[in-house]
Amino acid sequence: MATRKLTRVMAQVGMVMNLDKCIGCHTCSVTCKQAWTNRAGTEYVWFNNVETRPGQGYPRRYEDQERWRGGWVRTKSGGLRLRSGGRFQKLLSIFASPVQPELADYYEPWTYDYQNLISAPLGDDFPVARPKSLITGEDTKITWSANWDDSLGGSTATAELDPIVEKLRNEANEQIRMEYEKSFMFFLPRICEHCLNPSCMASCPSGAIYKRAEDGIVLVDQDRCRGWRQCITGCPYKKMYFNHRSGKAEKCTFCYPRIEVGLPTVCSETCVGRLRYLGIILYDPDAVTEAACADEKDLYEAQLDLMLDPYDPQVIALAREGGMPDDWIEAAQRSPIYALAKHFRVALPLHPEYRTMPMVWYIPPLSPVVDLLTKQGHDGEAAGNLFGAIDTLRIPVSYLAELFTAGDTQVVTGVLQKLAAMRSYMRGVTLGTGRDPELAAAVGMTPDALEQMYRLLAIAKYAERYVIPTAHREEAHNLEELACSLDYEDGPGMYESGPFGEASGRPVPVAIETYSALKERQRADTAASSEALQHRAGMLNWDANQETER
Amino acid sequence: MNAVDILLWGALPYVVALVLVGGLIWRYRYDQFGWTTRSSQLYESRLLRIGSPVFHYGLFVVLAGHLAGLFIPKAWTDLVISQETYHLIAFTAGTIAGVATLLGIVLLIYRRRTTGPVFLATTKNDKLMYVVLVAAIVFGMIATLTGSRTTAGMEVNYRETVSVWFRSLFIFQPDVAAMAGSTWQFKVHILVGLALFALVPFSRLVHAFTVPLHYLFRPYIVYRSRDVVVPTASRGRVRGWDPVGTLDRDRKTR
Ligand code: HEM
Ligand code: SF4
Ligand code: SF4
Repeated sequence: MATRKLTRVMAQVGMVMNLDKCIGCHTCSVTCKQAWTNRAGTEYVWFNNVETRPGQGYPRRYEDQERWRGGWVRTKSGGLRLRSGGRFQKLLSIFASPVQPELADYYEPWTYDYQNLISAPLGDDFPVARPKSLITGEDTKITWSANWDDSLGGSTATAELDPIVEKLRNEANEQIRMEYEKSFMFFLPRICEHCLNPSCMASCPSGAIYKRAEDGIVLVDQDRCRGWRQCITGCPYKKMYFNHRSGKAEKCTFCYPRIEVGLPTVCSETCVGRLRYLGIILYDPDAVTEAACADEKDLYEAQLDLMLDPYDPQVIALAREGGMPDDWIEAAQRSPIYALAKHFRVALPLHPEYRTMPMVWYIPPLSPVVDLLTKQGHDGEAAGNLFGAIDTLRIPVSYLAELFTAGDTQVVTGVLQKLAAMRSYMRGVTLGTGRDPELAAAVGMTPDALEQMYRLLAIAKYAERYVIPTAHREEAHNLEELACSLDYEDGPGMYESGPFGEASGRPVPVAIETYSALKERQRADTAASSEALQHRAGMLNWDANQETER
Repeated sequence: MNAVDILLWGALPYVVALVLVGGLIWRYRYDQFGWTTRSSQLYESRLLRIGSPVFHYGLFVVLAGHLAGLFIPKAWTDLVISQETYHLIAFTAGTIAGVATLLGIVLLIYRRRTTGPVFLATTKNDKLMYVVLVAAIVFGMIATLTGSRTTAGMEVNYRETVSVWFRSLFIFQPDVAAMAGSTWQFKVHILVGLALFALVPFSRLVHAFTVPLHYLFRPYIVYRSRDVVVPTASRGRVRGWDPVGTLDRDRKTR
């Protein structure tokens, strides 16, 4: 593998989520929705969703690639091919996409007729707020949603349809039981993976989807998208959505306007469990395709191999040569993503077998194992029990392995043991029974490393969790403050419909907030004084510094 | 040949060409965001997956037939095959493709009318487009089936009238007389066709002008530098940011 000569170094933003800490509160989903998809046409769109596993996920059974045909497959000759077909095939079937999720696979978005609660005439019956479809405006019956099976609700009936449960049952003959004492669960928050080898991009006939050279964020050019919808089939994570109103594809933007000024994404900023980490990694773009062609079981290692050592002088030299600013290189060195994924090797990619080289990493949860132990009457935190259980409780481990390592239970076991060792070690520290170096040695780590990892996982502060270099737009930023919104006020874009129906007028740059101003305000000690920013409080930019208006 | 003939067959085609080209350029420059197929597959897939391919493939055969019939002079084909053979081939292929196109669009319109969300997402603009499009197809078939005889019963070969006129347009010496000598069926078909062309830039039909053939040649992974456009605070209404609850198509335009 390492035979290739390194000639280029690029940066990629990434995220790590520590699943043990996710309490499934959906704050991330809600704030993300408030910020980005609280619009007509995207009612059913969740750039961030939190699914309960075992469970079907969102959209339903998206992991069943036999059906949805997302991601890449390796050809007989060892190359890569889109699972949904080659370029000719795609063009020939473009008139109606052969594989395309319908609203029913997501859910029909709805609201309630709250007005009726206050306007109903006085009578004997309580007025009710009927659910109304946001698609048709008519009364509707709610039958599914983005997290219908939340916390295993109704899972005795539906969890059997989880593609991983199904696979384990059919291929490994492992039954996942849904009775309370025998079940386990955890939450899986998902955003777009901002893949290094994105199959959404490769599927786009128009070439409207691109990866930003500076930070690797994957975006859809809204002006170039023509609504062919091949990307929706192409993305195996189904994180590409169709805006049914504008007729364009949309996806998680990694909150790029915030990232550019050094603010964390909305989902990270608001995460109640503080389980998200943001940072950049340096990688070799010319090695990506080869890595994506690795054997299924080697994909995880291949993906780690793409991450370059940010202290390696050659890497630094090449990064500088490519124009990377020094603070970016420094950020890569302090990156929690690099630390958790590559240095400590506890963060794993989601479904590496899709071969898209996803860049959102997950620290698998130990809680299913602890829970099962506790339910069976053991001390779930004791080292001996825990280590034994990771080996004997096959089911949670094989389930996690299907999610994070293409079925390789060894890797998952390794990670869980590290986490277990850390827990037990720190329990010793807290209870005053001493630092047990053997625990560290048992998982191939030093006590120091174990404590370092503990600090990063348990107490890392804001600035350590989010190491985000800015986009160096100081000059542009000044322009931004100068730019007058009136420039657009009377443009044809002002109106919903131009003279020719829905489709005329000039596009306005997408923006919902002046992010640098927001950042300054958020970090300031005094109340915001800027006139221009008054009257602009929203749920997301409210900072307690602001005078409330009412 | 009278003033109306000159207006219709000598001037109108150029006006339509201007509207078409000018409209496409205008829309491309000012309304990239509105340039889309506006797919409705999210709402309904089953009928669309039959109707849309049947319609589009039928249409492409029809278009190819038009190009052959209009651009290749009769004198050339006469060297290879007889008028009878030519007519037979054109007539059968044309009718099959025409019927497929028509069936396709009938199915699409049926779907549009009967599937709630699809109907709700249909604008006035769409409706006008469907009327003109269906009219063009229907009159085209009428012309093919009955247009070879004038009301007085005289044989008229469109390749000696319509085609001659059509080619003459490109050298800017419109042969108005040739067209005026055609039958009413062809005349109506052509007028409706011109209306359709004029509508293309301003309706969803623009999608046909960005056929993504470059997909066959571009690299799979696209790197692009950050845009230099600076995000601006926008207080006005921004396209794509209408509040939840706004219907897919404004009632005004429906
Ligand atoms: C040459 C390339 C063309 C391509 C690739 C293409 C592709 C498409 C696609 C993807 C849709 C969306 C279907 C959906 O999901 O709802 C569509 C719809 C449509 N196209 Fe085309 N098209 C082409 C040419 C044309 C032409 C030349 C016409 C007519 C003059 C046309 C008329 C229509 C109509 C009327 C619809 C709406 C169908 C409906 O939903 O009722 N297309 N086309
Ligand atoms: S996860 Fe994101 S970048 Fe990866 S294929 Fe899907 S939409 Fe594209
Ligand atoms: S906000 Fe954090 S804790 Fe809550 S669901 Fe999202 S990721 Fe989990």
